[in-house]
Amino acid sequence: MPQIDAGPRPGETTDVLVLSNVVFSWDQRNGFGLSIDEFAVARGEKVLITGSSGSGKSTFLSLVSGIVHPAKGSIEIAGVETAQLRGAASDRFRANHFGIIFQMFNLLPYASICDNVLLPLDFAPDRRHRALARGTIHDEARRLLTRLGLPEEFHGRKAAQLSVGQQQRVAIARALIGNPDIVIADEPTSALDRSRQRGFLTLLFEEVLRANSTLILVSHDETLAADFDRVEPLHTIAQPV
Amino acid sequence: MIVVRLAFQSLHNRWLTALLTVLAIALSVMLFLGVEKVRNGAKTSFANTISGTDLIVGARAGSIQLLLYAVFRIGNATSNITMQSIENIAGREDIDWIVPLSLGDSHRGFRVLGTSKGYFEHYRYRQKQKLEFEAGGPFEDLFDAVIGADVARQLGYGLGDPIVVEHGIGAISGKDHDDLPFQVAGILRKTGTPVDRTVHVSLEAIEAIHVNWRPDARAIVPTLSADRIRRLPLQPKAVTAAMIGVKSKLDTFKVQRFINEYRVEPLSAILPGVALQELWSLIDVAETALSVVSAMVVLTAILGMITMILTTLNERRREMAILRSVGAGPRTIFGLLITEAGLLTSAGTALGAVLLYLVLWAVRGAVDARFGIYLALDPLATWEVITLLAILAAGCLAGMLPALRAYRFSLADGMTVRQ
Repeated sequence: MPQIDAGPRPGETTDVLVLSNVVFSWDQRNGFGLSIDEFAVARGEKVLITGSSGSGKSTFLSLVSGIVHPAKGSIEIAGVETAQLRGAASDRFRANHFGIIFQMFNLLPYASICDNVLLPLDFAPDRRHRALARGTIHDEARRLLTRLGLPEEFHGRKAAQLSVGQQQRVAIARALIGNPDIVIADEPTSALDRSRQRGFLTLLFEEVLRANSTLILVSHDETLAADFDRVEPLHTIAQPV
Repeated sequence: MIVVRLAFQSLHNRWLTALLTVLAIALSVMLFLGVEKVRNGAKTSFANTISGTDLIVGARAGSIQLLLYAVFRIGNATSNITMQSIENIAGREDIDWIVPLSLGDSHRGFRVLGTSKGYFEHYRYRQKQKLEFEAGGPFEDLFDAVIGADVARQLGYGLGDPIVVEHGIGAISGKDHDDLPFQVAGILRKTGTPVDRTVHVSLEAIEAIHVNWRPDARAIVPTLSADRIRRLPLQPKAVTAAMIGVKSKLDTFKVQRFINEYRVEPLSAILPGVALQELWSLIDVAETALSVVSAMVVLTAILGMITMILTTLNERRREMAILRSVGAGPRTIFGLLITEAGLLTSAGTALGAVLLYLVLWAVRGAVDARFGIYLALDPLATWEVITLLAILAAGCLAGMLPALRAYRFSLADGMTVRQ
């Protein structure tokens, strides 16, 4: 078993994600699949992947985060080959290394804001360990939430009581607690109106930088490109098969 | 245990449907256990219809037939026993007491039983409990009658009320002995046995009723007055059956053999306890049917729970995807749903058991008074605990269905969040 507690390594410039010769296809769904010859993301990089809906963005993210597994090829994350990981090992690896933000409805509506933020730590011992470095995990959740503009009085509320914008900020806190290597965001701004998109991205960038994480964001919206280090249309990375 | 906490919170979020599901399971469990309790109560009460009587003797017949007419006042004897035979049996050294029973008449649908005063002394029910008088006492005069609790309640009789005995056993009969009115001398307390539905008079009274009657049931005209009847010799020549108590239980079979082999006339002696069990086994089928029905109710409740979980499953696919994204494996999702089913079923069974005892506690007095069924407030028997555990296991097992579905969803959906 390789050492999986990679953690953030300041100053390191190696690639945190490397995909090579990956072939994947869904069993059902008309045999839709992707093949990726070579794709790498450096640690600390902020990458925007663009593509219209149905171009395979979700499949790409599922593949990267290990929710689905490739038939062939290699996926290396933080120096660990993950293409062969299955079952609990794969889930554990995802919990430890990825923070994931969806388009909307990121939260369990019946759990409190604080519990929603702490949720990944139950599955990710490495991240829990890092979160504990600065006090209790609750302290860390409160610190993150407050910095994201959600004052204490919100923390005990049920997620369903928040506005969409507030929920997306909670999603940032959940994705970043315990400093995962990679933050994956799937159209995180599309539920927000344009005036709030900018603010959301600014917050997200700040926190990714602070956590020394890497950001991979997929969106159909190419106008977001401005602040990213790199913009890659999906069709240049992956070919449908 | 994150899974248990999440299952709790998720259920709490859907508290109304969860509550209704728990209630459905609770009610079905209560019904299931309740049916068993009532069944046992009825069985015990039935078995205790008559106790303290070692043998019942009557004309030769099957034991159930003899039991039916002598104890339950159902049907008729094929023939009588002569008083001579009764005296012969009573004369034996091993006989403690003998109470003759004479049946064949009725009062407004209730059977009239001619017997001796020993009846009130020796008839026992439910763990050797004696008959008690609600009012009055045993018959003293020739025309005194002692009525059971149901007779008094249904006909609204009180002490001193007149009673007209009908010949034969029809509820409506044109052949009333209306010139010979009896009066209520005693009212018995409720027993939950056929005694409640019986009008008791003395053996001599039975003779008196029939003084004016021929076997073809037509009155001789003119009829004799009550005063003249009192002066007649009214010793009965025959009775229908008799209850016997032996001095030593060890002699029971000896006496039974003596009666069964009695030469002068064909007689049968039965052990009431054994005959009661035989009779109860006849209604075993109904008993089983009742249990099957209540088991079905439990099954229905569990199906209801599965339906509830399955219908919420689609809207919870997002919840599953979120859990998957933070690192919960499909197994955790599976466990979450099994846990949910387990929580619902265990809450349901526990609540059902509590409800059962609350209801039992509340109604047992009324049920005893009204139906004569004694419902024991015992703790759960081993088999009942096993049944509850089986229901719990069935609930968890049934939870596999939505759990497997969610498992498949979470594998197929991947990162895609479906609405």
